Amino acid sequence: MSKPSRVYFFGTCLIDMLYPNAGMAAITLLQREGLEVIFPQNQSCCGQPAFNSGYRDEALKVARSQLDLFPEEIPIVVPSASCGGMMLHHWPELFEGQPDHQHACDVAARVVEFADFLVNTLQIELQDKGEPTYIAVHHSCSAQREMAVASATDKLLSQLLEVTVERHQRPTECCGFGGTFAVKQPDISGAMVEAKTKAICATSAKTVISQDCGCLMNITGCADKQQHDLKGQHLAEFLLERTS
Amino acid sequence: MNQQQAFEQRIDEALHNAQLRQNFRSAMDGIRQRRAEQFPDEAQLQALREQVQSIRSYSLQNQAELLEKLETKLTENGIQVHWAANPEEANGIIADILKAADAKTVVKGKSMVSEETELNHYLEEQGLEVIESDLGEYIIQLAKEPPSHIVAPAIHKNRVEVAELFQNFHPELPYTENIDELTETARIILREKFAKADAGISGVNFAVAETGTLCLVENEGNGRLSTTAPELHIAITGIEKVIDKLTDIPPLLEILTKSATGQPITTYFNMISRPRQEGELDGPKAVHLVLLDNGRSRIRWDDELLDTLRCIRCGACMNHCPVYVHVGGHAYGSVYPGPIGLALEPQRLGLDKAGSLTSACSLCGACGEVCPVKIPLPKIINRLRAESVNNQESSTVSGKGTLRHTSEAWIWKLWSISYSSPSLHRLVSWAGTRLSGLLPKKLGAWTNYRSRPTPAKCTLHELVKSAGVAND
Repeated sequence: MSKPSRVYFFGTCLIDMLYPNAGMAAITLLQREGLEVIFPQNQSCCGQPAFNSGYRDEALKVARSQLDLFPEEIPIVVPSASCGGMMLHHWPELFEGQPDHQHACDVAARVVEFADFLVNTLQIELQDKGEPTYIAVHHSCSAQREMAVASATDKLLSQLLEVTVERHQRPTECCGFGGTFAVKQPDISGAMVEAKTKAICATSAKTVISQDCGCLMNITGCADKQQHDLKGQHLAEFLLERTS
Repeated sequence: MNQQQAFEQRIDEALHNAQLRQNFRSAMDGIRQRRAEQFPDEAQLQALREQVQSIRSYSLQNQAELLEKLETKLTENGIQVHWAANPEEANGIIADILKAADAKTVVKGKSMVSEETELNHYLEEQGLEVIESDLGEYIIQLAKEPPSHIVAPAIHKNRVEVAELFQNFHPELPYTENIDELTETARIILREKFAKADAGISGVNFAVAETGTLCLVENEGNGRLSTTAPELHIAITGIEKVIDKLTDIPPLLEILTKSATGQPITTYFNMISRPRQEGELDGPKAVHLVLLDNGRSRIRWDDELLDTLRCIRCGACMNHCPVYVHVGGHAYGSVYPGPIGLALEPQRLGLDKAGSLTSACSLCGACGEVCPVKIPLPKIINRLRAESVNNQESSTVSGKGTLRHTSEAWIWKLWSISYSSPSLHRLVSWAGTRLSGLLPKKLGAWTNYRSRPTPAKCTLHELVKSAGVAND
C-alpha cells in the first residue's frame, strides 16, 4: 500500500466508552504524519461480541450499519487487532450469501490495524523523548495469529531507544478475555487472567502495553484487584507520550 | 442437572485442584517445547502441513470409494471387516468375535474409538477380563478413570500419584516413585498378561486402502504385543481413518509424531496386513477390523464442518489450549477433550447433549495454529455456537437451536438495535459514560477476579468532535 493522504478511523466500541484517550492518541499520531483523519460519527461496533456468541443475525445487523460509512477508497485504520480481524476476516464470512456480500468484502479489504499501518504503510520513524523505562508487552491473540501484526508493535517499540521491553513467561498464551468468553466461562477466564497477570507482574515493568484494549482491561483489572502496581496503556497512547 | 451446570461443576472442581493444575501446567509446558524443537524451520512446517492437509482432504472427499477398496484389500489379505453404525453394534460385533473364539482374557492397546463405545465396560459385563497394556491406559484403568488426554491418557497424574496407585494394587512389589522402576513394574505385570491373553484389541492410526494395511503408532511395544502375541487380533477404528496409499504415510507419520509428543518418530510403527500364514511361526491366526461410524457420516453433510474429520488425533490442539491447560481433560466430561473435543463432540453427540462445550474457548487461535492438518478449529467452534442458538432449516447439525435462551436472545436483540441505530447508540454511550457512577461495584463474576472497569468521562465520538477531526 502506498502512503495515502487521507484515512478513515474506526475507533471500536470498547475504546469509545472506556479508552477514548487511546483513540485520540492514535488519531493524533496519524495526523502528525500528515494524514487527514476522517472519523464517521455514525460508527459503533464491528459486531464481534454477537458473532462470537453465536448470534450472527444480530452481528450482521450491526456490521451492516457500518458498511456505508466508509465510501471513499482509502484505508480504514483500526486501533485493535481483534476488531480489525473481525472486519477483515470475518465480515466476508458473516455476509456470505447476503445481497451486500461484495460490498462487505470491499470495505473489509481496506481494514488495516493501527500498528501495522504505522510500520508497513507509513514507515514511521519515531524519536524517543522519554526517560529510560521498563515495560511489558502483551500481544493479543488476534495480533499474533489472526492478523499477524504483533511484529509491528515490536518494531515500533524497538525504535524507542530508552524503552526496555521485559519478556514475561508464556508471552503467546491468551490472557483469558475472549469477549463474552469472560462472561460465559468466568472462572476459566479468571484462572487465565490470573496466570497472565502473575507472569507480567513478575517482571520489573510497571506498565503493560498492548494493541488491544480488551486484553488491557482484563489484565489491568486483575492487577488492580490484586493490588499490583501495574498500569496499562494502549500502544498509541504510549507512543504519543514517548515521542511528544 | 443440565449439561451446562454439570460442565460448570466439573470446571469448578478442576480449578480448585491445585495438584491437578500443576500436573497439567508442567506437562503441557514440556510438550509444547518438545514440539517446537521438532519444527525449527517454519517454511518446511507449513509445506508439510499443506501436504498432509491435502492427503487427509482427499481421503475424506473419496471416503466411500476408499472404504470399499479397503474392505476388498483387507478381505483379500485375510482380514475380516465389520461395519458398525453405533457403539452398541461395535461392542456387539467384538463380543461375538471373542465368544466365537472362546476368548476369556483380552489385552488392549490404546484406542480412543474404544472409549467412544465404552468397550472395556461392555466386555467386563460379559465376564471377560480386559487389561489395558498402554502404561498410561493401565494406570487409569487401575484408577477407574477415563483418559484425560487422547495421547497421554494419565497425564493428569504425577509420579507420586502413580506410585501410590501401584502400591494399592500390587502391594507385593516394592514401593517406588522412580519412573523407570514404575515402568519396569508395569512391564513385569503386563508381560504375563500378554503371554496368557486369548485376544488382543487395538486401535488404528491409518488404514491404507491401496494395500489393506492397518498402521499403528506407539512407543511402548505394547501395541505390537497386543496385535501379535494372542491368537486373535481385533482392531477398531473410525471410518474417517482410511487413507489412499502407502506413500501417504511418511508425511502423515512425521507430522503426527512431531506434533503429538515432539518425537521425530515413535519407537514402534506397526503395519498389519494379514493374519499368520501357513508355515509362519507367530502372529494372530485371525485378524478383524471393526469400522465405526458413530455420528461421523452426519458431519460429512456440511462442507465446512467436514474439516473436523481431517483430525489425526495428535493432541497438539489440547497441548496448546490455554483452557485445557487450566482445567485438564476430565473437566470436559467428553471422550475427546480440548479444542478437537469442542469441535467433534457436539457434532457427534448433538448440541443438545454436548453443545455447552463450545463455551470453553476464548477463540485465541492457538489450536488452529498448531493443528498439523490445518483444521480451522476456532472457526468450527464459533460456527457450532451459532448452530446451538439458531434453528435454521438448512442446518444439518444435530440438536441445533437447543441452547437458545430467551433472555440471552433478547440481550443480543436489544444490543443489535441500539448499536445499529446512530441515535440510540449515542444515547447508550452517553448513559454509559455519564451514569457509570450508578453501576454496582460488583459486575457478576467479572469482579471476582478483576476490578470493575471505569467508563471514561466522555466518549471518543465526543472527543473527536470537540477536537475538530473530520467527521464524515
